[in-house]
Amino acid sequence: MKKILETKNLCKSFGAIKVADELNFHVAENEALGIIGPNGAGKTSLFNLITGTIKQDKGNIFYQGESIDHLNVPNRCHQGISRSFQIPQPFGGLSVFENTFVAASHGAGLSTAIANKTCIQILEQTGLLSKANQIANTLTLLERKRLELARALCAKPKILLLDEIAGGLTESECQLLIQTIFAIKDTGISIIWIEHIVHALMSVVDRLTVINFGAKIADGPPKEIMNSKDVKEIYIGIEADA
Amino acid sequence: MDWINSIIQGILVGGLYALFAAGLSLIFGVMRLVNIAHGDLIILSAFLGLTISTSLNLHPFISLIVVIPIMAIFGYVLQRGILNKTLGNDILPPLLVTFGLSIIIQNSLLEIYTADPQKMNAGVIEVASLSLPGGLSIGWYPLIMFVISVLIIGILQFIFYKTALGRAFRATSDDQEIAQLMGLSKNHIFGLAMAISMVVVTIAGIFLGVRTSFDPAAGPSRLIFGFEAVIIGGLGNLWGTLIGGIILGVSQNIGAKINPGWQILAGHIAFIIVLAFRPKGLFHRIDG
Repeated sequence: MKKILETKNLCKSFGAIKVADELNFHVAENEALGIIGPNGAGKTSLFNLITGTIKQDKGNIFYQGESIDHLNVPNRCHQGISRSFQIPQPFGGLSVFENTFVAASHGAGLSTAIANKTCIQILEQTGLLSKANQIANTLTLLERKRLELARALCAKPKILLLDEIAGGLTESECQLLIQTIFAIKDTGISIIWIEHIVHALMSVVDRLTVINFGAKIADGPPKEIMNSKDVKEIYIGIEADA
Repeated sequence: MDWINSIIQGILVGGLYALFAAGLSLIFGVMRLVNIAHGDLIILSAFLGLTISTSLNLHPFISLIVVIPIMAIFGYVLQRGILNKTLGNDILPPLLVTFGLSIIIQNSLLEIYTADPQKMNAGVIEVASLSLPGGLSIGWYPLIMFVISVLIIGILQFIFYKTALGRAFRATSDDQEIAQLMGLSKNHIFGLAMAISMVVVTIAGIFLGVRTSFDPAAGPSRLIFGFEAVIIGGLGNLWGTLIGGIILGVSQNIGAKINPGWQILAGHIAFIIVLAFRPKGLFHRIDG
């Protein structure tokens, strides 16, 4: 399968803390990759590196076969890399519709008429259409999480980076979210999903990568990875046979 | 009847003050930059209009066709070349840089045009007036100036709330980091905001230059009028800014009616009264 995103020997440290340590990983086209790892393992930093918010110290990031190291944040968005945040960060003073419209018109570069249509369709898909004219600051947590997803989708990504989007949701809310993410995957968008809610992640992703201290520890089919001794030890934090 | 006439004149000139303020308010709203050179840019565009209308023998209003693009490009380049580099968490660098720019513009104008007051000639429209019942008469020029000012504020309002560009302005103003992630280039957006501000500045500058005489040192007082109109009306509310400009204009004219020396003073007093009782301005910020 063709790789949509690949990192080679990616290194980044903040002082003594390594958030990426010779990190090599990839995502294939239309693949959903799950990333797990303990807190502070460098998961969110990895997203920041991919979107260009922070620059790596060493190594390269390839997108659709080409290096994107020279591209700035907005240009990477134009190329089709879009993310959602763990703590929702909507444009608080703009309406729900306007939040998505900004992504559709400027991120995806759509004309106003097409952007309008796209936003309405995605707001419907994410269950926010009835809230379209509400100011984003007044939304509940679930609605904000959905807005994160809707806005990221309106930028018409080829690869979608989801940062702990299921965190803080109830079980039934989580199930709805999983269905939405399945639907997104069906449209051909590649996904990287960082999540602590393992069962949600397991039900969607094709492959699982485990990172700790910025380095890749394991990579493979989700079930196999979760059952491996190393992962149990490091990720779940219990010492094997102790 | 004289009093009513004064008030009407005040309302009409208030439109011009609102134009001084609108560009200032736009820049502050989008990028939190207080442009100390704003008044000097108004005077710069008045001089530019004067040079172009006299050298090409154009009516001052027609000269706008040339001056607007020049000032808009100048604004964009100024923003991307200098002002963007000063923006950050500290509000002091942009203040100092625009203060420096203000001094540079004033001195350059002084060097080129000398300190003599200048005025643009718009022909008969300047003195033509409309007679109303009851002995009132309204000058066509102030009336046109007011109507166009209201129209421009309406257009700015439309751009800000109904267009893709306006939503980009508001999104960037809301959260610069996220705006970048949504594909907005902050530097470009700020450049466009300054270009639009310069379009408004140019129209205000030409109106000013036809209405009254101006000299290279006339900028700072226009900056003060602009600030006062913005603050009276409430930050981030363009229609409020229009009302702020009108309040300022009416106060000045009433002051002048009582005693010709009190014109400017009366405006400042009205401003201080509003500030004392409604520190956030008369109208609320509009979001969404």
